[in-house]
Amino acid sequence: MGKIYKHHLFWPLSVLAALLLFNLFYSPDFFSITMHDGHLYGSLIDILNFGAPLILVAIGMTLVVATKGIDLSVGSIVAISGAIACLTISKGADQNVMGLILTSVLIAVGLSLFLGAWNGLLVSVGGIQPIIATLILMVAGRGIAQLVTGGQIITVTSAKYAYLGSGSLATLPFSIFVVAAVLVIALLLTRKTALGLFIESVGCNPSASLMSGIRANGVILSVYVFCGLCAGIAGLLLSSNVSSADGNNAGLWYELDAILAVVIGGTSLNGGRFYLTGTVIGALIIQTLTTTIYMIGVPPEITLVVKAFVVLAVCLIQSDSFWAVFASRWKTRHYPGEKEGIHHVS
Amino acid sequence: MSLNRKYIPIVVTILLFIIMFVAGSFRYTGFFSLQVLMNLLIDNAFLLITAVGMSFVILSGGIDLSVGSMIALSTMVSASLVQQHGWPPVVVIPLVLLMGAAFGSGMGAIIHYFKIQPFIVTLAGMFMARGLCYVISIDTITIDNSFYTAVAQTKITLPGGSFISISAIIALIVAAVAIYTAHYTRFGRNVYALGGSEQSSLLMGLPVARTKIMVYTLSGLCSALAGVVFTFYMLSGYGLHAVGFELDTIAAVVIGGTLLTGGVGYVLGTFFGVLIQGVIQTIISFEGTLSSWWTKIVIGLLLFIFILLQRVLSARGSSLKR
Repeated sequence: MGKIYKHHLFWPLSVLAALLLFNLFYSPDFFSITMHDGHLYGSLIDILNFGAPLILVAIGMTLVVATKGIDLSVGSIVAISGAIACLTISKGADQNVMGLILTSVLIAVGLSLFLGAWNGLLVSVGGIQPIIATLILMVAGRGIAQLVTGGQIITVTSAKYAYLGSGSLATLPFSIFVVAAVLVIALLLTRKTALGLFIESVGCNPSASLMSGIRANGVILSVYVFCGLCAGIAGLLLSSNVSSADGNNAGLWYELDAILAVVIGGTSLNGGRFYLTGTVIGALIIQTLTTTIYMIGVPPEITLVVKAFVVLAVCLIQSDSFWAVFASRWKTRHYPGEKEGIHHVS
Repeated sequence: MSLNRKYIPIVVTILLFIIMFVAGSFRYTGFFSLQVLMNLLIDNAFLLITAVGMSFVILSGGIDLSVGSMIALSTMVSASLVQQHGWPPVVVIPLVLLMGAAFGSGMGAIIHYFKIQPFIVTLAGMFMARGLCYVISIDTITIDNSFYTAVAQTKITLPGGSFISISAIIALIVAAVAIYTAHYTRFGRNVYALGGSEQSSLLMGLPVARTKIMVYTLSGLCSALAGVVFTFYMLSGYGLHAVGFELDTIAAVVIGGTLLTGGVGYVLGTFFGVLIQGVIQTIISFEGTLSSWWTKIVIGLLLFIFILLQRVLSARGSSLKR
């Protein structure tokens, strides 16, 4: 029992619990869930609904980070995916035809897969550093999204498309089910097959994995494709929630929030072990934080300062050197050999 | 080939700049003039200053995402102190520079002593600086201080009829000092060594801790200075100034031929990387029918080409070593 704080979900869960506890005392309305016309309403449902795109992107990002990579282009892919879907729908004569909606969703998903594959090829076959390889698409992708929308906001009036992001199924927002489906698929693929082990192995040491017969390039390519897919679906949810696509602002800073969620969730940016459930909690923390700050009436821009402190705190908690500093201060006895050990950790 | 392989990226960068400029000159009347060249410097002075600081960070093997927010914070602090509190600019400007340097050294210290990736620490710095802007004010603060307007409007006439702004001169001085620092001082060599291999630098007895913290301090200082120059340019402080600017800066450094793995590259390359971005924008504004998002697409394309070029060159280098 004494080791409970060592569990990888301990810190993320306590932060989330602390946030919720704060809300419980500050605004008791926070937990009230009401029923209107067969839909559930309430802050908690809002957090799940508005947090859905972020959770999706963060799930994809987790796998990329696990391979010691990073995908900066997710925000741009979110924008492109939403833009291309809305453009296709807005071109249609009748925007409520199911075929048209399906086509537009397929085009958007296909394009995101392609963009993910582009990132994956640059990183795996091209051997380019992930930050740089995805930076290309992050810069150019924002331009492409603006090109698609013509720099304006494309509005669609399709009730069927809007269902994706704002409709509800069994009294819960439909987007929650999309997220749950993706999460379950990702969990099954990584925990019930050897794929998860491959990803961790590639993240720890690509050349050693190659020597032991893992196709490192294939694994890396597939995680980037998956990340692109997640970002693409997130783009669809985001654009359908507001029934419009904004090439300039949709998905802006999503990459940073997603990376933040992954790091809060306990996955190290150094690759290796990854925690999908941790990531989901991390994304929920970010969304709860945003909602809380809105609710207590502080200017929402202050969120950034709070986020900065959360990032720093989480990173410091995870940093071995940070604990080493304290450990050496608290300890009364010092052994000569130990001192060297601490210094050689890198 | 008598050309040293390590000079290829920078030569390509310079050639590309010349080709783009010549192409622009042939295509558009009025493009080929000293003034257009000077305008490149005037309009991109703050980009040049930031990119110079970023070059050192990238040469040392790190990255600094906080530069754009730092610029915004500098404009905000300057505007707030000068405009709302009536402080004299002589006090405000050094104070802003000091703030930038302190902010940078703080990030550097966290990166070094707690061994957290520069990416995450500077990301936190980016959120922090951007958030602090909004703590000061959510709205734009316009500056009508006589000193700031005077600096903003001063045009120094050059022989030949063209003119240059004070900001551009500051940027040129910064670039010149940076080139000297990078190649002719002990600190510069330490930065290159650190970027080459941190472990080896440590074993060689180089001051790794000091160099690393200094590099981020320098970047913070440069972005604060860029913020001051940006204040001259915009004559306002606003929390949304220079959003996404860190990417432009990194792109300029990469197009300038600096390897993002650290240890390889030249500040002069960054100078031309900035000019290339400037030329792209100038060509697009001369073209008239093209929209601003083409800038992003072209810069993305150039990034791709340069990264591929570096990849090919370094692959050839490592195969030679074997």
